[in-house]
Amino acid sequence: MILAATIWFITIVTTVVFAGRFWWFPESVSAHGDALDRQFVITLAVTGVIFILAQVALGYLILKYRDRPGAKAQYNHGNNRIEAIWTIATTVLFYIMVLPGQWTWADIHINQQQGNPLVIEVMGQQFVWNIRYPGPDGQFGPTRPELISDSRGNQMGVDFDDPAGRDDLVLPTMAIPVNRPIELRLQSKDVIHSFFVRELRIKLDTVPGLTIPLRFTATKTGSFEIACAELCGLGHHRMRSFIEVLSEQDYQAWLRDMTED
Amino acid sequence: MSHAVHEPPSSFIWKYIFSVDHKVIGIQYLLLALVAVFIGMLLSILIRFNLVWPGTELSILGSLFPVGAPGGVMTAEFYLAMLTMHGTIMVFMVLTTAPQGGFGNYFLPIQIGARDMAFPNLNMLSFWITFLSFVTLISAFFVTGGPPISGWTAYAPLSALGEIAGPGLGLGQDLWILSLALFSVASLLGALNFITTTLDLRAPGMTLMRMPLTVWSWFVTAILGLLAFGVLLAAGVLLLLDRLAGTSFFIPGGLVLNDQLVIDHKGGSPLLWQHLFWFFGHPEVYIAILPGMGVTSQVLSVFSRKPIFGYKAMVYAMFGIGIMGFMVWGHHMFMSGLSPYSAIAFSLLTTAIAVPSAIKTFNWLGTIWGGRVRFDSPMLFAIGFVSLFVSGGLGGLFLNQPATDIFLHDTYFVVAHFHLIMGVAAIFGIFAGTYFWFPKMFGRMMNEGLGKVHFWITFVGVNAIFMPMHFLGMVGNPRRYAELTAYSFLGEVQSLHLFITIAAFITIAAQFIFLANFIHSLFKGKKAAENPWDATTLEWVIPSPPPHDNFGPVDPVVYHGAYEYSVPGEEADFLLQTDKDKETVEH
Repeated sequence: MILAATIWFITIVTTVVFAGRFWWFPESVSAHGDALDRQFVITLAVTGVIFILAQVALGYLILKYRDRPGAKAQYNHGNNRIEAIWTIATTVLFYIMVLPGQWTWADIHINQQQGNPLVIEVMGQQFVWNIRYPGPDGQFGPTRPELISDSRGNQMGVDFDDPAGRDDLVLPTMAIPVNRPIELRLQSKDVIHSFFVRELRIKLDTVPGLTIPLRFTATKTGSFEIACAELCGLGHHRMRSFIEVLSEQDYQAWLRDMTED
Repeated sequence: MSHAVHEPPSSFIWKYIFSVDHKVIGIQYLLLALVAVFIGMLLSILIRFNLVWPGTELSILGSLFPVGAPGGVMTAEFYLAMLTMHGTIMVFMVLTTAPQGGFGNYFLPIQIGARDMAFPNLNMLSFWITFLSFVTLISAFFVTGGPPISGWTAYAPLSALGEIAGPGLGLGQDLWILSLALFSVASLLGALNFITTTLDLRAPGMTLMRMPLTVWSWFVTAILGLLAFGVLLAAGVLLLLDRLAGTSFFIPGGLVLNDQLVIDHKGGSPLLWQHLFWFFGHPEVYIAILPGMGVTSQVLSVFSRKPIFGYKAMVYAMFGIGIMGFMVWGHHMFMSGLSPYSAIAFSLLTTAIAVPSAIKTFNWLGTIWGGRVRFDSPMLFAIGFVSLFVSGGLGGLFLNQPATDIFLHDTYFVVAHFHLIMGVAAIFGIFAGTYFWFPKMFGRMMNEGLGKVHFWITFVGVNAIFMPMHFLGMVGNPRRYAELTAYSFLGEVQSLHLFITIAAFITIAAQFIFLANFIHSLFKGKKAAENPWDATTLEWVIPSPPPHDNFGPVDPVVYHGAYEYSVPGEEADFLLQTDKDKETVEH
């Protein structure tokens, strides 16, 4: 009896804290963020109902069918029709639930946004982020691992002798214009890291040897923390940087400032 | 039926150390897991402590670990080393050994009416290789640089590059790989033994569809082990070659660490490690949980005094989970840079695996429905298993969708999900099995009052620990952070972390009640009858504890399925599988 009550109590507390949003996602500031959040809420609603029904049923059954004097158990090996019904019902329900999320995913990673994205390179490194802009010529210069040298200030191994590389900017933090499609090209120079910005609803690994594109559009200005989300060594917990989302005007001014330095 | 013939040994060494008796080997596995689970748990104390009180001086820690905690203050690398060892010890040395190597070894032969495993010598070898693997893993604590800091998943190239990538990634990582390779060999041998025994050594009348669901769960688990551990073994060997022989399976060219160009590697793929690891790793989740499902089914039926609801559906669901388990590894890699098309394929396949899991839950509820439920300790833990299985399983439905996984991947939401389902649900299966079979294994009952106290604190405790971790994940708290001080957004979750740490300390303390009960009952427990739970399966027709050859000179003959409870017209509310001349429904 206490067990049924305990199961119900845990169910109620869990439901209340989820539904009351005492701890919740930060506000989304990217074009695709709302779709992700909606898919989470749909999933939460469906699984929440299943969670409540299953736990309440479990508590109810052990309460109702507890051993009492004179009680008799049924001799029952099951029912194929019921098995078929709940098999089909859960299959249909689960697939209806996950299908919309696949479109959301496809919109982010497959159906590439139209228009010319602003391309920025990101290179993970134990335990800092390096961000590269192509400079006024709009061209990234070639990079070579042999040129990488933190002590000489060339964290990404840019060939600054190359005409395209001469004006490249490498910075420890990022700034982007609001409402413009961005394409990050994620790379790593040592181990796997993961580029995670909560408010932008973006997370993708930086894998040494690969260049992985990540497209998004920020919809609000502000300053947000970049975190590393893949264990990369002893400094993993402090591999932090910032992304500033600026108005187009501020962005251009920021870019000019940076280039003149 | 063929016989696994061996004489009862007389000397201590051959009887208790290098025994070929499946029962002794089963107990050896259980004791190994018991030692391992307490080590793993103590590591989680350090983990939880450092998250809430980083930088605190603990002089005892300083004297125990002068390198990892100089002056008694844990370093970040020490935290990650403890985290890695916690995960590795729990997944391999506890969740894989206790339910399968322990209970499976002890009870599979008995429940099918055999005198031993098909290959008793191989069985002994499996255990001792596992033991060697355990010793190898633990020895990583004592080498220069300490245990590896790359997590139990050991992603390359972090795990492949050696000490240049971080402390513990030298000799410690080598020992870790060696340990897992040995463990894989032992598991492969064990799997062969389980499969052969189930197929060849069943007693007369023990048809496949009369086997207890526990036997089915060990059988399916053995098939998974046979197919999965070979891949882990191969992956481990390749990783070791990368580290020691200069190959480049997992290391691409042009890497720069500590401002130095890595010149002796090129052309490898870090993602190859993830493919191999998770091709093993996802089935491994089911290796951990399937035997728990078997025990839960068994215990729910015995203590509800009712046949299993949908026996065949349960068997098919286990096979469904097992087969599907090999087609879903990519859902661990949605954020790894894998093609976004494959993410959709893996997502849809993973969704399918939720269906047999749901079927099992429905059938457990159906088994209780219309029963006459007794609340002995084994039953409490079996009910707890169902509750935790539901909670943990539903969390998976957020992570199997790449869209929702974007935010939740590698956050505490994942930690919550897998701890609930493959951690504590599986552990509840182990506890249910321990309280249920202890009388048979040791001839004495465990203390029921202590069992109930243990259950109550643990059941409420694990919910208090792992439910809030979902919220940490929704705020965006990444996992595997040694400290939570560097980010301003982690300020709002400090109170939640404190709550979790307190809940964890209380829950861990309660496990010493279990330990005390276990040890005390071994010597002072009430003598157990042959069949204290009025159960039907073959282990309950022989003495507690069973003699060396289990069934004596005469083979048991089986007439019924494993779950004939409350048969109408019978005086007793259960029919032993060996009861002759009784009418039951064949299903």
